[in-house]
Amino acid sequence: MQLEYFLLLAAALFCIGIYGLITSRNAVRVLMSIELMLNAVNLNLAGFSNYLDPSNIRGQVFTVFVITVAAAEAAVGLAIVLAIYRNRDTIDMEQFNLLKW
Amino acid sequence: MNLAEGVQIVSFGILGVMMIGTALGVVLLPKIVHSAFLLAGVFISISGLYILLNADFVAAAQILVYVGAVNVLILFAIMLVNKQEDYAELPGRTIRKAATALVCFGLFALLGTMVLATPWSLDITSPAVITNTTVALGEHFFSDYLLPFELASVLLLIAMVGAIILARRDLIPESTTKETVTTGFTLPERPRELATLGSEGDRPE
Repeated sequence: MQLEYFLLLAAALFCIGIYGLITSRNAVRVLMSIELMLNAVNLNLAGFSNYLDPSNIRGQVFTVFVITVAAAEAAVGLAIVLAIYRNRDTIDMEQFNLLKW
Repeated sequence: MNLAEGVQIVSFGILGVMMIGTALGVVLLPKIVHSAFLLAGVFISISGLYILLNADFVAAAQILVYVGAVNVLILFAIMLVNKQEDYAELPGRTIRKAATALVCFGLFALLGTMVLATPWSLDITSPAVITNTTVALGEHFFSDYLLPFELASVLLLIAMVGAIILARRDLIPESTTKETVTTGFTLPERPRELATLGSEGDRPE
């Protein structure tokens, strides 16, 4: 097993997340894509922790922090989606022009 | 990790194919509920990859936090905004999708060449030098990463309060008059009967 395998897998997951983030029209699916990207970063951190720093595992510490922030982000993001849905009666990303110029 | 090399490679292949397949399903499937259940598959396979990387505590935390909390939260959000919505077709959307796919593939090619070209300074010591990663993580959390640990707890508290304030629906009793008390925490939102009207046409999935 090599480090490059895990890094390539994480890169593929990150690119899939970016594609979903840009192209999906459902706001909940956008949040799912963000979760995919955060998980790709976590996979990178765990790989670096195992292969480059196995004696004191700092990468796993950062992974736990990223998981914490991702949980907080999911809660706040879904609350925002619910608030927008109640106000605008849609979750289509193309119709969210509240902050457009 | 005491597994043989062949077992590790085979399990890595299975987990990787499962992860990429379910991630593509999350992004590409038309029904959002299927995407949410496939997202659990992504999280579980990433947890298996953590175990391959000798990160057992992180693997358990991944299952607990992501599959147990975040995925259930997403399912609840899908249930709450359950609306069959036919999105209006926009001109040039296929071109945008193709361009996005091209850009994402280019980014993957860039990252792949970078990963393969970089000479990683691999540590020669055995990966199993730490037998108990939970103890090591706890020592890190309470010695040199104490401040970020406490800040994370404050961040979780802030996120919880913020999510409650954002998502709560202020119930306005019918008997009250037009004027309602607005504090700084109330958000302007549609009246309640409109919200129930909008959800009548829903079909249970």
